[in-house]
Amino acid sequence: MSPSLILIQLLSGLAHAMVLFLIASGLSLIFGVTRIVNFAHGSFYMLAAYLTYTLTATLPLGVAAFYVAVPLAAASVGLAGLGVEVVLLRRVYRAPELYQLLLTFALVLVIADGVKFFWGSENLTGPAAPGLAGSVPVAGQLFPTYDLALIALGPLVAAALWWLFYRTRWGVLIRAATQDREMVAVLGVDQARLFTSVFVLGSFLAGLGGALQVPRQALTNVMDTSIITEAFVVVVVGGMGSVPGALLAAVVIGVIDAFGVLVLPRASLVMMFVVMAVILIVRPWGLLGRPPAQPRTAGGAIVTASALRVPRPWMAAVVALLIVVPPVLPTFHVWVLVEILAFALFAASLHLLMGTGGMVSFGHAASFGLGAYGAALCVTWAKAPMLVALAAAPLAAAVCAALYGYFCVRLSSIYFAMLTLAFAQIAFAIVHQWYDVTGGDNGLLGIWPAPWLAGPLAYYYLALASCGGGIALLALVERAPFGLTLRAARDHAPRAETVGINIRLHQWLAFIVAGFFGGLAGGTFVFLKGSVFPDYLAVPMSVEPLVMVLLGGVQALAGAPVGAAVYKLLDTVATRYTDYWQLVLGAILILLVLVFPRGILGVVGDRRRA
Amino acid sequence: MMLELRQVHAYYGRSHVLYGVDLAAREGEVVSLLGRNGAGKTTTLKSIVGLVDVTGGEILYEGRSLRGLRTHEISRLGIGLVPEDRRIFGDLTVVENLRVGERPGGGWTVERVFGLFPKLRELGGQRGASLSGGEQQMLTIARTLMTNPRLLLLDEPSEGLAPVVVRALAENIAALKGSGLTILLSEQNVKFARRLADRAYIIEKGQIRFEGSFGHLDANESLRRAYLSV
Repeated sequence: MSPSLILIQLLSGLAHAMVLFLIASGLSLIFGVTRIVNFAHGSFYMLAAYLTYTLTATLPLGVAAFYVAVPLAAASVGLAGLGVEVVLLRRVYRAPELYQLLLTFALVLVIADGVKFFWGSENLTGPAAPGLAGSVPVAGQLFPTYDLALIALGPLVAAALWWLFYRTRWGVLIRAATQDREMVAVLGVDQARLFTSVFVLGSFLAGLGGALQVPRQALTNVMDTSIITEAFVVVVVGGMGSVPGALLAAVVIGVIDAFGVLVLPRASLVMMFVVMAVILIVRPWGLLGRPPAQPRTAGGAIVTASALRVPRPWMAAVVALLIVVPPVLPTFHVWVLVEILAFALFAASLHLLMGTGGMVSFGHAASFGLGAYGAALCVTWAKAPMLVALAAAPLAAAVCAALYGYFCVRLSSIYFAMLTLAFAQIAFAIVHQWYDVTGGDNGLLGIWPAPWLAGPLAYYYLALASCGGGIALLALVERAPFGLTLRAARDHAPRAETVGINIRLHQWLAFIVAGFFGGLAGGTFVFLKGSVFPDYLAVPMSVEPLVMVLLGGVQALAGAPVGAAVYKLLDTVATRYTDYWQLVLGAILILLVLVFPRGILGVVGDRRRA
Repeated sequence: MMLELRQVHAYYGRSHVLYGVDLAAREGEVVSLLGRNGAGKTTTLKSIVGLVDVTGGEILYEGRSLRGLRTHEISRLGIGLVPEDRRIFGDLTVVENLRVGERPGGGWTVERVFGLFPKLRELGGQRGASLSGGEQQMLTIARTLMTNPRLLLLDEPSEGLAPVVVRALAENIAALKGSGLTILLSEQNVKFARRLADRAYIIEKGQIRFEGSFGHLDANESLRRAYLSV
């Protein structure tokens, strides 16, 4: 590598880092003050990019159009953030924090389809920035002038933010609220207004990042999901809530990205996550983050209401229906039921982690996908009989879970979540890029059940046995002393430690058990579909069980199957009747969160108690 | 009455802590709320500013009900809580900590607070986390004063402080009393409370068990043994 090439790569990494910094600082700010993990942040970024595209084309301002369009688009997105905070998020601030995450996930779906509706799904090439369109020679090579301008703009934005945080009273309030929101309220500051202003500024920054990105890359419908993962990585590496940390991490990640493509093109996807995993293992709260203050009250942030018992007769009735009804159902419905069963087990296995263990995983797709691939690889390469391959699925997932879980359980809260995401992404990248074994993008095909199990009813009863049995076992685990120990560690880690519980060991075991059953779900699913793709390990697959658990109600294991059934049915119906199924699904999720702010079972339980 | 609690029931998370607390303070009075650890002192103070769920009874401030008001609204009516665990913003400087509660047009300014606690002036640019316990206690009181309270709720200010610091603190609080501030002082340290308070309440298991002067309290050995001694 010649020195001039190194310089060029460095510069292009820095240009990307500046855009990343804008987006990540907004995300970090919002999390720091409101504790909302805002999945919709990337959607705001995408929205601003498309708005900039349209405004530049329509504003009758000649060459100035682009320069007016950028701040205008960013401001419009800031305004959209205002609407979202006031109309939606404010209603659920009193619900457990994760329900806000569910709401922002619903917004991702709605905005994605909204963009598709207004701008179509073709890639659009944005306008060049007038005056900055060309290239300038740098060390004998050509470098885009616009990227140089971005590199110059970055420090200016950072300085402006610094001034805002350290030289204005608003900044003092923001920093105070990042540490102790309640105390800020005790001192007479209206939290609601503070939250709104932070959300607006954060959304504006996301919008500015999106608007500035327009001359650099084509606009696509998937801009939102690709940037949000990267932004989360930057935020976590820098330390949640720390804007200087976001700047530092953006530069690190941006530069690593730029060189990664050059040095290890085949591992480019995974580089960022490896770096994140290493940093989190060494510095559990990111480069400039601080350990979260000791929770003041007993009881985790996740579970507030008392655990919920579903009456036994109801349970028995549901099981009886599941056994008796399928033979009279049309084939299509039986297949839908199988899918629901697989996801019910998948969600239930996540419930052991997040409900009972208080460990929210953003990477549970790893267990599902590794289980699915474990079974598929057995069939494809070892020519194993179907039932042997199915049995291998949970084992493969559990072994992998043991491996990466060992590191994950050393962290807590959002850092735990992000490390699980990192490992899931690493697994995804391996599967995606190891063509010779996994088939890469093309996946593995022809993974069908043994002939005597291939019929819809036969396979249904197999799935009922594996998934229903899995859920029953999980219920036993959660009720056993082991489950109680996990709950103790969740509710008050120091006290649990004081009475002699080895918290990490129990959490690690829970991680392995959850991986095992997630893998069983994946194995059941792969023989239903007859194929396996890297998508099984991708981010959306991690988000789905999270949504299901929250939708059903995190207080009870039974919430997971309920959420899985409701989500999958909505999904199936929406996909059938409209191309804009994400919009419909998102809108329904928003309504459900507003109506059932503690999940379906949570609210039903409250009604019955009242 | 400036402050009146009638049969207040309150929950801390899922546990029922207050079982019908009755308590009152007149304007300009310093009233002490005594009791052991876990008796309900902190919850009583928190129930006034809306930090715990009040499920029954009435809380009146100058005849106006506080129930259902949000915490910042209660603060703006002139009620300032000084929390037991101090809750200094560790990343903020001393002056920034004071600015959080700053209210334009009121009586208290950074300068006036420095007049009361000269030590804080020297520490002005230091991060809150770097202060000693006694300095943090001064800062937390000063910070609440910046909101211009007319009723100050002090939660165990003497806890964990060296005797010499406690004496200095008592002088500061006496000065505040002299300026006409109404104070509800929660304490385990009866000696400290006696120096400042006009009257005392004793709380045990979420109920008021005694109300009266310190003279009455001193005369009643069994009372002290039942509710105060460790």
